[in-house]
Amino acid sequence: MKIFVCVKHVPDTAATIKIAGDAGFEDGEIKFVVNPYDEFGVEEAVSLVEKDGGEVVIVTVGKAAAAATIRGAMAMGAHRAILVKTDGQFLDSALTAKALKAAMEQDGLGDMVFTGKGSVDTESFQTQYRLAKSLGLPVANEISALSIDGGKAVAEREIGGGDKQVVEMGLPCVIGATKGLNEPRYPKFPDIMKAKKKEIKEVALGDLGIDENSGSIAIETLETVPERSGAKMIEGSVDDQVTELVRILKEDEKVL
Amino acid sequence: MAKTGILIETENGAVKDTTLGVMTAAAGQEIVALVMDANPADLKDKLAEYGAATIVAVKAGAGDIEASPDLAAECLAAAVGECGLTALLGTASATGRDLFARLAAILDAPMVSDCVSVDLAAKTAKKSHFSGKTFATLKVNADLFLATVRPNAIEAVAAPAGGEIVEFTADVADPGLVTVKEVKRGESGKMDLTEAPVIITGGRAIKAAENYKMLEDCAARLGAAVGASRAAVDAGYAPHSMQVGQTGKTVSPKLYIACGVSGAVQHFAGMKTAKVIVAINEDKDAPIFAKCDYGIVGDIFDVVPKLTEKL
Repeated sequence: MKIFVCVKHVPDTAATIKIAGDAGFEDGEIKFVVNPYDEFGVEEAVSLVEKDGGEVVIVTVGKAAAAATIRGAMAMGAHRAILVKTDGQFLDSALTAKALKAAMEQDGLGDMVFTGKGSVDTESFQTQYRLAKSLGLPVANEISALSIDGGKAVAEREIGGGDKQVVEMGLPCVIGATKGLNEPRYPKFPDIMKAKKKEIKEVALGDLGIDENSGSIAIETLETVPERSGAKMIEGSVDDQVTELVRILKEDEKVL
Repeated sequence: MAKTGILIETENGAVKDTTLGVMTAAAGQEIVALVMDANPADLKDKLAEYGAATIVAVKAGAGDIEASPDLAAECLAAAVGECGLTALLGTASATGRDLFARLAAILDAPMVSDCVSVDLAAKTAKKSHFSGKTFATLKVNADLFLATVRPNAIEAVAAPAGGEIVEFTADVADPGLVTVKEVKRGESGKMDLTEAPVIITGGRAIKAAENYKMLEDCAARLGAAVGASRAAVDAGYAPHSMQVGQTGKTVSPKLYIACGVSGAVQHFAGMKTAKVIVAINEDKDAPIFAKCDYGIVGDIFDVVPKLTEKL
């Protein structure tokens, strides 16, 4: 099996985002990681290949610095990677999907594609659908359980309230992974060293025939969401505290 | 007047409250309510009250839209053209997220997910980037404006309109790529976390799965859904479907009550846009108190039952 895993290079959730200009952020100093949902995709792909043989190819669209993040995904067991390089920080989902498709076609299409259910930077939750549509493949997102048998994939999607939808697709297909699908492995030191020697093929977005500035969505402004400045603490006996809380929620906040 | 479509979501044959807020997001436009999963006659009064000039019952000419998400999206795409819509809004619910992404791919049109506000005239939308740490205002350069709205982000306001019912049967083929085989029901009567107006969450301090019963009793009084922190899920006290935060659900209720939750940045990533956040924690130095609205230092096993009693 040849499995592609789309991995995004995103700021660590714990990083402080400092706004730069109107619509960008300072990306020089902060820590970047493999998008947390993509880790479930990498783990699933690597496990499948460990069982049945084949190779796992990481595909990333991002700035040159994404190479370091890709090494992290390769340390989990992926064999090689393709980095489609962009100049800017933001590329809309439609262009990202085009870039992923072009990179996969250039490399030779595989038997499966994994992505995360979405990325924690732009939170757009749609690139995998656009990629699947352009490749003519079935897609299912937010998958927390998967079995592959007899040329078919059966997957479970959480649909709220604890309910789960079971969907069936033919292969190849595109799967958007989420928590529950597996436990992503922590790479061991030898795996990290081995990953340093693995191939990352770099290709510029423009060389795939895609104009970085042709997107249909642009960020006009990016602004920091103010943090709450600390709780108003409610003192007294448990009875007093709860009585006051209920009064505040009903009378002051009007949320009950 | 520009025509804006709203994908109506229903539950037990009635319009979901979260859908009404999405209708309010289109105030000032001619609203076309698109109904795919219920009998429009049952919804007419409510939809007209909240601004629907027209209610379109969208049906597939052939095939089962319940069993084929791609067919549902194809029908919706056909309805966008048939009704001459310049915008289509839906709810960023499990159904809405999936359907709008499929629709956007079919139409090859830009789509903004999980907006907290939209400006249809300016074709801009505001949404979270970086796990709630920033808001981005996105400009859409296209004829059609597609967006999903975060549940509870926009308060519903009545704005009565005609509510004329019409039918539209989409003459589209089922792509037949993905088949829904079954829906496994969880415990009955549980409210969907992402759409709940009030959420009460138990963290590691809940100590055991059976202690969630205490939160469920309180939730029943509050009309709330019950959530869990990652620490509680990883400890096996609650299923992942209840997890709030990064790698779990992103929620935006009117009221969020965190019980025995320490307040990791990954937890806030999933709930910081709640209107009011209350924390109950035994540890007066718990990080959550620095970033919430009201705090009670106390044992959740004393405070929560008392709260249930006083509601």
